[in-house]
Order: sequence, then C-alpha cells, then structure tokens
Amino acid sequence: MPETPQNTNLPYAIRAYSPERLREALKKMYLVRKFEEGAEDSYMRGLIHGTMHLSIGQEASAIGSTMALTDEDKITSTHRGHGHCVGKGADLGKMFAEFFGKETGYCKGRGGSMHIADPSKGNLGANGIVGGGLPIAVGAALSAKRLGTGAVTICFFGDGANNEGAFHEALNMASIWKLPVVFVCENNKYGMSTSTERSTAVKNIAERAAAYSMPGVTVDGNDFSAVTEAVDAAVERARAGDGPSLVENLTYRWRGHSKSDRNRYRTKEEINEWMGRDPIPAMAKLLMEHHIITEDGVAAIEAEAEKIIKDAIEFATNGPDPKVEAVTRDVYTTEATA
Amino acid sequence: MNAQNEPEIRELSYAEAIREAMDIALEADPSVLLMGEDIGVYGGAFQVTGDLVEKYGTDRVMDTPISELGGAGVAVGAALTGLKPIFEFQFSDFAALAMEQIVNQAAKVRFMLGGSVSVPLVMRFPAGSGTGAAAQHSQSIEAWLGHVPGLKVVQPSTPEDAKGLLLAAVADPDPVMIFEHKLLYKMKGQVPGGHYTTPIGKAAIRRVGKDVTIVATSIMVHKAMEAAEQLRADDIDAEVIDLRTVRPMDRDTVLSSVRKTGRLICVYEGVKTLGVGAEISAMVAESDAFDFLDAPIVRLGGAECPIPYNPELEKAVVPQMPDILAAARDIVKGRV
Ligand SMILES: Cc1ncc(C[n+]2csc(CCOP(=O)(O)OP(=O)(O)O)c2C)c(N)n1
Ligand SMILES: [Mg+2]
Repeated sequence: MPETPQNTNLPYAIRAYSPERLREALKKMYLVRKFEEGAEDSYMRGLIHGTMHLSIGQEASAIGSTMALTDEDKITSTHRGHGHCVGKGADLGKMFAEFFGKETGYCKGRGGSMHIADPSKGNLGANGIVGGGLPIAVGAALSAKRLGTGAVTICFFGDGANNEGAFHEALNMASIWKLPVVFVCENNKYGMSTSTERSTAVKNIAERAAAYSMPGVTVDGNDFSAVTEAVDAAVERARAGDGPSLVENLTYRWRGHSKSDRNRYRTKEEINEWMGRDPIPAMAKLLMEHHIITEDGVAAIEAEAEKIIKDAIEFATNGPDPKVEAVTRDVYTTEATA
Repeated sequence: MNAQNEPEIRELSYAEAIREAMDIALEADPSVLLMGEDIGVYGGAFQVTGDLVEKYGTDRVMDTPISELGGAGVAVGAALTGLKPIFEFQFSDFAALAMEQIVNQAAKVRFMLGGSVSVPLVMRFPAGSGTGAAAQHSQSIEAWLGHVPGLKVVQPSTPEDAKGLLLAAVADPDPVMIFEHKLLYKMKGQVPGGHYTTPIGKAAIRRVGKDVTIVATSIMVHKAMEAAEQLRADDIDAEVIDLRTVRPMDRDTVLSSVRKTGRLICVYEGVKTLGVGAEISAMVAESDAFDFLDAPIVRLGGAECPIPYNPELEKAVVPQMPDILAAARDIVKGRV
C-alpha cells in the first residue's frame, strides 16, 4: 500500500513508499536481473532445455507495477514473466527448480519457464499464448467484484499482444462491467521481430484505451517512480470501484526474443542506446539521491541478491526429478479414466 | 526450376525443401503469397521462410501482426478472391486461436455456397513435441482438423514429401493443412529439383514386409523404420506405411497391407484417444481386412495428458522406438 504523499516536490515513489519498501524493490530488481543471467548461463551450459524469454532491461516495469499489490491481489503474466513473478513475491529457488524441470519447482516440472505461477500469492501464471492472460485477468476481476474480496488484478501483456482479438474483447468487457483490473502493457517496441510501427495502427498502445472508455497513460517504463505513480493510481481507481485502466510502460529488452535471435530487425545502436538507460542503476541513483541508501548499501543489496540466486540454483540442482509414472497426474482434479 | 528439365536430386533439409517449394510457387504464380508472424526479416520462428523476403519483398512475404484469427481470416478472404496464400502459424498450437476461420469459414464456405466458390488456401503448422516448449507449444492437433470435412490434412515425413506435398497443396483448389514436425526441420534427405507434386491422399510404403503392418505418421515413420530394422533380429518382417495424408485417408494401401500381414500397429504422436489411430483401426474393422487379422489391433499414441516440460516426462508421453519394438514383438508372438 502506498503511504500518504507528503512533500509533492519529491518523486512519487519516494513520497509513497517507506525506505524499507524501496530498498526491497531495488533488491527485487537485482533478483530479476540475476535470476535471468543465471538462467541464461544454465541454458548455455546445457543444464536446461526448451526456451526462455529474458526481460533483462525491463525490471523497473515489473517491480514498479507490482508495488501496490498485496497477496490477495492477482496478476496474469506473459511468456516474459520472470520479473512479474519476483514482483509478486515468488521464491527464487522454486522458480529455478521449475526451470530445471524438478518436482520441487512451482509447476512440479510440468510447465517450465513459460508457465511459472504461484496462485497462493495471487500469481495466476505466465502464459505461452500471446494475449492468453488478458481475458483471464478480466475473469479474476469479475470474481473479485462478485465475491467482494476487494482484490485488484494486474494484467501484464506485451505490445505484440495488443493486436490479438482477445485484447480488444477483454478491455471492452472490463469496461462495460467496470471491473477492478489494470492492464499493464510492457511496450518494448517489438513483438518478436515485428516493430510496433509495422504491427500497430496507433503510435502508443495507451491510445487504445479511449476506444474502451478507460484512462490510458504512457510512461517511461525504465523509470521506477514513473511506473509506480501511473500503476498505483490505476490500482487505486480499480479498488475504489471506478473500473479498469491501461498503463503503457515504454521499455526495451536487451536480449533477443528467445534463446535464438540474430537481431536482424533492430540496430546495434538502438540496443546500445537502451542499454545506456539501465533501470537498475537509475533506481539505485534515485534512492541514493534521497538518502535512502548509500553506495555501499547498494553493493550490499547486489551481493545479497547474488547469494540468493546462488542458493536458488543449488536448491534447484539438488531437487528430485518428477516421476515418469506420475505424468498423467493433475490432468483432472479427480482422477478420470481414459 | 523447370519441369521439363530432368530434375537433379540434391540433399536438402526438410526446412530447405519447404522453402524451395515456396520459392517455386512464388516464382511460378504471382497470386501466391506468404503470410505469417515473423516470416520476413526474421526468417520464421524455425527459419523455414529464411530469406525469401529478400527475393520477393514484403508484399509477397508478409509479416502479420500477432493476430492469428484475423490473419487466418484475411488469408481465407484473399483465397476466395484471387490470391493463393500460404499461411504459416508460428506453432500449430496457435491454430486454436484461428479455429473459427479455419473450421467455420475456410472448410465450409464452398459447400455452404453450393459450390460457387473455392478456397485455394495452404496453411503450414510447425507441430509436435521434443523441443522442451511445454504444453502450449508442443501439440499434435492434426486429428482436430482431420475431423472437418472440407479440409485436407497432410503430414510429410521426409524432405522430398515436404516439398512435393506443399506444391500439391498450392495446386489444390481447396484448403490444405500441412503439419510439419519441428524435429524434422533439420533432417536431410534426397530432394528432386524443380517442380513436382506428391499426391495428397496417397500413403507411401516405406518398407515392404509380411508379418506386421505398422502405419505411422510424421516423425513416427522414422521411429517405425528403425524398429523395423531391429525386428529383423527377431525374425519379424515389418511393413511400414507412411500415412502422409490424414484426410482423405488412403484406405486401399492400408487395407491391402493388413490383408497381407494380418497384424496392425498404428503409431502417431497425437493423443491416442479419438486420434488418427482410431480412424485407421475403424477403417480396418469395418472392412473385409478385418477377417485377415490374426491379433488385436494396437494403437501407440500420445499419453492422455498435455505435453510436460521436463525432458524425461516429455519423452515418456509420446511413442518411442522401443515402444514400437515391444508392440511388434508382442503382436507377432503367438504367430502360427
Ligand atoms: C497466440 C500466439 N501467437 C504467437 C506466439 C509466438 N510468440 C511468442 S512471444 C511473441 C512476441 C510477443 O510480443 P509482445 O507481446 O510484444 O511481448 P514481448 O515478447 O515483446 O515481451 C510471439 C509472436 C505465441 N506464443 N502465441
Ligand atoms: Mg514486445
């Protein structure tokens, strides 16, 4: 919960959150970065198979957007969802174990990177289907309204997903039923190789909001405070019963789309330019400027994050593999005969 | 690329063979165009379209937005009105988003309109498990589409057929759905140059044998061939049929083989229940070939669950070569 704003000259995040929460947010940003670097390294060394989508460079969007949420609130995530997961309080060991396909992973080795979820913390899961989470988020918001839980749902999606029919249908229903959902678009300029200029008829995804009579804003998604300011306002609006909003975080993925990508659709200069706008040092700087942390404090947080990741990889490595005999378990809630 | 010339035979990968077929089709007919997600400068998620965009430009190798339902529908509309789209789904699983246009429109419009139109549309679906991509990127859904009158559904297992069936599909006036197993894309094989077609609706006998008929689809053909070689040590002579087309199914080839061997094993990656094997089995059971059976029919298909992520589980849920071996030994055991 954001605290009451005092000095309005300060950046929103500094006004709204306690020093502890802000230091924790910085730590989470490091955790996302180091989780993904660890995953990438494990992948290169052949320890994990399949594919993965890294969000390195987008950490402020994931962590900033989840600041105002409690464990009762829900999120739906995407194929690029590790940051959302950490934002919603996931255990890094169980995340890595899922990556390694272990029984001790979040999905017991059944799902892998693209399906990590933690329903106990309100994380309804990453999704392998672009746009798949959009109507599901609206459904979660419908539950919250009907059941009177007061929960808000944040629906993460990419710029590419805004061209799926599901996006348009979901926003319309959220609006006509005034549901407590916040659509957070992580616009990293590309859906795989296709730029928004080539794929999308509007310049900013937030412009789509007008078509569904909801507020839409575009913010610098690498600026933690700007992200929290926009998303928190939308969460508050949802909680107050005033309906859905759309927030667009402009950001950039440093890595290729997935494990293999020759980057033929974008320039080195563009990548370098965005790498110069690293959201993590920017967040550290913000906190240092406001005397929330010292340089040594930042180094200590980074080291702590590194240690957590190291332990998480160890936990994952030592976990048991799932039993092949149990492979058809959990297809149904009660065992069916096929 | 000239049908008149004696075509030279080269070694190409399955993906290269498909690309060559699309190249020939684009070159020969200005109404042909490619549509799909990231098929242009990216070259396709599995690098099948490769650099065709450089040769034909973005008007004929069109990147669509991530809009499967709309994209498929645009392809249907274009096919109804003079173009011949070859539409690539990035993964066959995403056909689920486009089922409306495939099933309710493409498959039915000719019939509903009393034969006054046709839909010369080709759709390509990278399919199957084995890549660690889990439940939403690994399915084998050919039986879903095989259940729809109006569609033709093929599953090439070799580079030669991948090219020949694609060219046959382009020449076909009706919608043809091509399921390409992702693990086959890198497989090499002999491929004739120039234009040729592999008939839709015709199975291929890959190995002649007398003791048991193994009808396999797609990647399972290769597992069946490997099993058949090993079965020689058991003095079992297996006949391997590559079904190639799921709809319309080649009844004659299957039935005459079963009449000869008296034993049938169906091997396919899709979920076993209500799958391709059920149709093959029923076809035999409903015909005179039934009288020739010396043992119950065996179906080896995918397990009754989504495809799991863990690599050992993933292997366990689809038929593997040893499963075919064991089934063949078992079915032939008490032979007289
Ligand atoms: C329905 C569907 N279509 C296509 C894909 C393949 N695919 C996975 S991610 C992706 C790009 C998504 O772009 P965007 O929504 O911008 O997210 P980003 O990858 O940039 O984070 C594509 C085309 C998919 N998984 N699901
Ligand atoms: Mg994107």
